[in-house]
Amino acid sequence: MSRTETGTHAPGSLAPTGKRPQGTLYRGREGMWSWVLHRITGIAIFFFLLVHILDTALVRVAPEAYNAVMSTYKNPIMGLGETALVGAIAFHAYNGIRIILIDFWTKGPKYQKVMFYVVIGLWVVTMAGFVPRHLMNVFSEVGH
Amino acid sequence: MATTIEAPRSPYSRAPRSRGINWEKWGWMYMRASGLVLVVLIFGHLIVNLVLGDGIKAIDFAFVGGKWSNPFWQVWDCLMLWLAMIHGANGMRTLVNDYASHRTTRGILKGALLFSVIVLITLGTLVIFTFDPCPAGAPADLLASFCPAS
Ligand code: HEM
Ligand code: HEM
Repeated sequence: MSRTETGTHAPGSLAPTGKRPQGTLYRGREGMWSWVLHRITGIAIFFFLLVHILDTALVRVAPEAYNAVMSTYKNPIMGLGETALVGAIAFHAYNGIRIILIDFWTKGPKYQKVMFYVVIGLWVVTMAGFVPRHLMNVFSEVGH
Repeated sequence: MATTIEAPRSPYSRAPRSRGINWEKWGWMYMRASGLVLVVLIFGHLIVNLVLGDGIKAIDFAFVGGKWSNPFWQVWDCLMLWLAMIHGANGMRTLVNDYASHRTTRGILKGALLFSVIVLITLGTLVIFTFDPCPAGAPADLLASFCPAS
């Protein structure tokens, strides 16, 4: 990982502060919070996937069994859960690409902070497109 | 034997490893490579299942029948299953290493991870490739439109 030269303050701001020693990407501020969110979203997706493989396996039991479980996925509370899941996936995916760029792109560590805000921006755009569409589907199902 | 004391502030170095495969390095590479492929697979999965058409409303047995009678979606889902389970479990292994402080706790948790990965990958793969979109005797209105009316 590239270190900021003493005295220069690179745009990625790996410069030392009172609380953070020089050249540390994962302690404090954007670098750390992106890591915390990446962890939490990763765990959430993993546990979802365990359940998801089991519920999909019901197609081998009976069409009725599968449809019964799927109908619970269509109620509004689950609809909000699915929205949160998509939010978690979108963050984990975009920030995963940011991590890969930090590791492999020579300028990655320098721009890690900028890239964090790009991740947030892409996430907001994705959710702005997805959430209204999904909630319309979910809430138009209510009462049917 | 004389004790050698390293000069203060000499740079950190570890003995070069020469024998065996560096599993941690390949695990690290795997997390990144699988991540890139998963972006495409999962976003595609979510767009087809949640956004296009009627989204979640449309999902039922007949919907799955339509998708898994096409080898394209069978291979898609199978790849997604293997890559995501191994990526997720390897990520969880990192968490166990970080937070479980006792050797036996770590062993038990990693054993549980390995066990669940093997069981769920086997189950998921079997489900995809043994799936019958038109099971005999099932009510025709629950099945895909291409099934012969029973
Ligand atoms: C959407 C595409 C995805 C991308 C681009 C991606 C990328 C990454 C990357 C780059 C890492 C860091 C690995 C490291 O530090 O060595 C990671 C960690 C992780 N990922 Fe993913 N991932 C994706 C999907 C998933 C899925 C589907 C799951 C769950 C099944 C998951 C669970 C995890 C977990 C639990 C970690 C460990 C977190 C940590 O060590 O703090 N990821 N991911
Ligand atoms: C709420 C969002 C989701 C819905 C409604 C959904 C729906 C479905 C449906 C209907 C199937 C059956 C086959 C197909 O349509 O391709 C399926 C299978 C599958 N999904 Fe999802 N999915 C969602 C999210 C996810 C996520 C986030 C992942 C990855 C982490 C994922 C991974 C899989 C896998 C691996 C299979 C194959 C399972 C098997 O082999 O038995 N899904 N999903």
